[in-house]
Amino acid sequence: MIGILTSHWSEFITGFGNTILCSLIALFFSLVLGIGFALLEVAPIKFLRIIAKIYIELFRNIPLLVITMVFYLVIPQFFFKVSGFVAGTIGLSLYTSAFIAENIRAGINSVGDGQMEGALSNGMTYTQAMRYVILPQAMRIVIPPLGNQFINLIKNSSVLAFVAGFDLMYQADVVALSSFQTINTYVIVGVFYLILTLPLSYYMRYLEKKLN
Amino acid sequence: MPRKRFKAIFLALISLIFFILTACSRKNTNTYQNIKQSNKIVWGVKADTRLFGLMSIKTGKIEGFEIDLANALTKEILGKNGKAEFVQTTTKSKIPLLKNGNIDAVLAAMTITPERKKEVLFTKPYFNAGQSLLVPENSKVKTVNDLNKKGMVVLAVKGTTAAINIAKFAPKAKVLEYDDYGQAFTALKAKQGQALTTDSGILAGLAKEGKGYKLVGGNFTSDPYGIAVNKGQKEFASKLDVALQNLRQNGTYNRLLKKWFGNIPGFSIKFTQQN
Repeated sequence: MIGILTSHWSEFITGFGNTILCSLIALFFSLVLGIGFALLEVAPIKFLRIIAKIYIELFRNIPLLVITMVFYLVIPQFFFKVSGFVAGTIGLSLYTSAFIAENIRAGINSVGDGQMEGALSNGMTYTQAMRYVILPQAMRIVIPPLGNQFINLIKNSSVLAFVAGFDLMYQADVVALSSFQTINTYVIVGVFYLILTLPLSYYMRYLEKKLN
Repeated sequence: MPRKRFKAIFLALISLIFFILTACSRKNTNTYQNIKQSNKIVWGVKADTRLFGLMSIKTGKIEGFEIDLANALTKEILGKNGKAEFVQTTTKSKIPLLKNGNIDAVLAAMTITPERKKEVLFTKPYFNAGQSLLVPENSKVKTVNDLNKKGMVVLAVKGTTAAINIAKFAPKAKVLEYDDYGQAFTALKAKQGQALTTDSGILAGLAKEGKGYKLVGGNFTSDPYGIAVNKGQKEFASKLDVALQNLRQNGTYNRLLKKWFGNIPGFSIKFTQQN
């Protein structure tokens, strides 16, 4: 097993790097989009709530692979070329953002109505009340489910393997097929994913404890 | 707390080792005796490759040259009542399935290579393939040399010899690899690359399927296909060799070749028959 790791070191490291890069970009965008759509979902205007609902239900209920394939195969036929890495990262961001939005919405809803009313009657605007009163309290509640989403995101980044995105899983397929050491290769890849997800899951647990 | 954490990691490691050990254990039996006893041969075949082995939506069965050949070989080895069973494999799964005994032999457009010989035992070639290129009809690409430029993207299928070869013939081109031919062909349609490369027989099937694409570049390699059996199954391999020889002599082999590859422009049956 060590042999396959050393002889294909550069493939594994490139894949590892691309997986990290894709995960970081998708993490950022899915968080931004997720918070954005969660806010729309609880907005006082009905039109905004409908838009948010459509977005969330659409991306939450379509398999990630399908979303990614649409960006990879359909968009280039009509508009412009999208590389596998970009298509995968976009798909991953949209897919995860729908779940994050739902988590954050649940967090916001769990903060009592009285908080919003109190903030407003103290002279705060709606935005201020959200920013300084509701969101900080909601964030504390959503840390654990958010941690799950981040871990899922890293694992789901393996969707890049299907669209030639040169991630860890893609390289694993290539190494496994050229060396025929299928099981050993996938065990190594499993360890690589653990290197990413285990520290994250412990950090999330630490954060949870600190905030409580 | 640290002790608990240690215990968790330890348990994870143990289960990992256990998983590897169970995965590595395999039966060391004589395949030929097994198939004679059960009176059936389980073949690993392709189900996504037109002309070789393709799942027919109408009949729900896999159809193609290799399926017919497998049926003929089974009858030749086990007699008239011998049964051929087909298991759908991919490039990724065929060798693991063979090694753990789920299938008896692989007849799935598998090129004989020195690396693969380390893992499996091949029979004599049953199909002499050569690598070629599939491009859109209006493409400027005529030979493999045209692809040896920066910015050129060649599409291939993971784990095929074609993916490795193209790096030799066109080192400047970027190679994107997909899981199967369907995906690679769809990527070509979506203009993710300028050409799709693999053996001409498979490309011929793809060209037949989707209009607007043509084969170029001739056969720039010679990669014969062999039937793969598990390492050490010499008796089974030699029976297959004899059966194949018989089929070549009694004309069945030629009949099957003509049936599937007979009327494809630019495809040389003579080249295929060499062994």
